[in-house]
Amino acid sequence: MELIGLLNYAVFMAIFIGIYSLLALGLNIQWGFSGLFNAGIAGFFAVGAYSSALLTAPESAVHLGGYQLPVVVGWIGAMIAAGAIAWPIGKVCLRFRSDYLAIATIGVAEIIRLVVKSEGWMTGGARGVNKIPRPFGDLSYLYSQLAYLALVFAIVLVVYWAIERQISAPWGRMMRGIRDNEDAATAMGKDIKARRLEAFIFGAAVMGLGGALFAHFNRSITPEAIDPMIATFLIWIMLILGGSGNNRGALLGVAVVWIIWSASEFVTDQLPTEYAIKAKYMRVFIIGLLLQLVLRFRPEGILPEPQGTAGSPEVKTFQKQESAAK
Amino acid sequence: MPFMEFVNFYLMPGIVLGSIYALGAVGITLVFGILRFAHLAHGDLATLGAFAALGVVTIFGVSPWVALPVAMVVCAFMAIGIDKLFYDYLSERPKIIVVMSSLGIALMLRAVVQVVWGVDTETYTRGIVRPDDYWGIRIRDREIYTIIAMFVIVGVLWAFLQKTKWGKAMRAMSDNPDLALLSGVDNRKITMLTWGIVGILCAASGFFLGINTELKPLMGWTMLLPMFAAAILGGVGRVEGAVIGGLIVGIAEETSVLFIPGEYKAAMAFAILLLILLVRPTGLLKGKVL
Repeated sequence: MELIGLLNYAVFMAIFIGIYSLLALGLNIQWGFSGLFNAGIAGFFAVGAYSSALLTAPESAVHLGGYQLPVVVGWIGAMIAAGAIAWPIGKVCLRFRSDYLAIATIGVAEIIRLVVKSEGWMTGGARGVNKIPRPFGDLSYLYSQLAYLALVFAIVLVVYWAIERQISAPWGRMMRGIRDNEDAATAMGKDIKARRLEAFIFGAAVMGLGGALFAHFNRSITPEAIDPMIATFLIWIMLILGGSGNNRGALLGVAVVWIIWSASEFVTDQLPTEYAIKAKYMRVFIIGLLLQLVLRFRPEGILPEPQGTAGSPEVKTFQKQESAAK
Repeated sequence: MPFMEFVNFYLMPGIVLGSIYALGAVGITLVFGILRFAHLAHGDLATLGAFAALGVVTIFGVSPWVALPVAMVVCAFMAIGIDKLFYDYLSERPKIIVVMSSLGIALMLRAVVQVVWGVDTETYTRGIVRPDDYWGIRIRDREIYTIIAMFVIVGVLWAFLQKTKWGKAMRAMSDNPDLALLSGVDNRKITMLTWGIVGILCAASGFFLGINTELKPLMGWTMLLPMFAAAILGGVGRVEGAVIGGLIVGIAEETSVLFIPGEYKAAMAFAILLLILLVRPTGLLKGKVL
C-alpha cells in the first residue's frame, strides 16, 4: 500500500516536472537564446490554461464555452492565444532594452489576473472552469496518471526536439548573435525587432501549452491556481540554475528546483501551524537567495551553454575547403 | 456631475495617490538614470519602509509621523546594504542580470515582511478620519500632509541635485559615467549616495501609501507598475518629470472609474506605459531611453 502511495506521488511530481519543463523551455527560447526578459510567465501560463479549458470544457452556466472541442484543438488554441497576447507587447517593447519588456510583462501578468478574476461571464470568476476533459481520464487512477505522464513527456520531447532543431538552424545562430552583439547583428542586416518578436511569440506559445497541460491535468482551473510571482520566479531560478541557453540545462534545472521546492514544502508542512506559515515565506526567501548566489558564483548554471562553433556546419565546410586548398 | 463632486471624489484622491507614486517614481528614475537598470525591488523596498514605520509605532507607541524618519534611515541603509551585498558584484555583467537579481530581492524583501509582520492587513492608527471642508474641497489632514511632504522632499532633492557638489556629481554620472569618472567623480560613492536617497524615497512612498490606505505585504508590488509608468512617462532620469508622471498616473487611475469598471483601475498605469513607449519613449520631458 505504501509503495502504491509513493508511486502515485512520484508520478504526480513527474507530471509537474513535465509541465514546468515546458515553461522553462519557453523561457529558454526567450531569455536563453534571445536575451528577452519575460517577468510575466504566469500570465502566458494562465492564458494557455484558460483558452484550452474554455475550448474543451462542457457547457456551464458560470462561464463561456460549451464547445467541447477535442483536447488537441484546445492545446493548439492555447498556443495561439498565448502567442497572440505576446505579439502586441513584443511589438511595443522589443525596440528597447529588455528592462522595458520586464516591466511590461509584469503588467501583462497583472492585467491577465484582473481579467480572469473580474470577467466572470468568460472565466467563471473565482469558481473557475471545471470538468475540463483529461486525456485518458477514464482509466483507473494510477493508470490514468501514468498515461498522462507519458503524454506530457512525449510533448516535452517533441518541444525539446523542435527547439533544438530551431536553435541549431541558422535562425538560432542569428538569435544568439543578436543577443550577444546587437550592433554587429544590425550591421549584418538582421532585422532585430522582427527576429526578437518571433522568439518572444515562440516562447510564449510554448508557455501557453504548458498552461494547457496543467489545466487538463487538474481538470479545473481557478484564479488561485496561479500565484503570479512565485510561479514566474520558480521558472526563472530553474532556468538560471540549470543553465540558460542550454535546453538540457533547463530540464535539469526544473527537476532540481522542483524537487527542492516540494521537499521543502514537505518539511514545512510537518511544523506546527504557527511556524508552518512563516516557514512557507522563509522558503520564498531562500529561493530568492539561491538566485542571488547562482547569479554571483555560477551565472552560467550547472550545464553551461555550449561555447564555440567547432561543431557547426560552416566551420566544417571551411575546414574542408582549407584542407582542399592545401 | 457637479464640478465639486469631481474634485472631491476623483481629482483630490488622484492627486494624493499621484503624490505617493511620484515619490516612488523619483527613486526609480534615479536608479534608471544613474545606475541604468530597472529596479524591480523598488515596490517591495517601499513595503519594507512602511512596515518598519509600523514597527516603530507599535514598539514605542509614537505617532506615525515620528516613525517616518526612522523608516527612511532603515530603508536607506537597507538599500545600500542590498547594493553592497548583491548588485555590486554584478556591476561588470550585462545590466539585465542586475534587473533579474532585483526581482529576486523583491521576493526576499516581501518574504521578510511576511515573516516578521505576518500577512494580515495593518494600519498605523485606528478609527475613521473624517475629511475637513475647505471652501467646498473635502480633504483629510493626512492627505494635505502627503501632498506637501511630496513637494518638500522632491524640492529638497532637486535643490541638492542642482546646487551641491555631490548632486552635480550624480547628474554627471547620469549623463556619462566614464566621463564623470575621468573628471574625478568617485562612481562607487555616488552609487552609495544614490541608493541612500532611493531608500529614503522608497520609505516615504510606502509610508504615505500606508497612512492613506492600509499596510499589506503586497502593497509595494502593486505600486511597482504605476511607479514605472510614471517614471517613463515623465522621462527617465528627470526628477521633475517623475513628479508630473506620478500625478498624471494617479489622477488617471482615480478618474478612470468614470469610464471603465473599477476592477480595471490598475490597468490604467499599464495602458499609459504602453502608450508612452509607443508614441514618445523619451517621455514628456525629454529623458533617456535605455
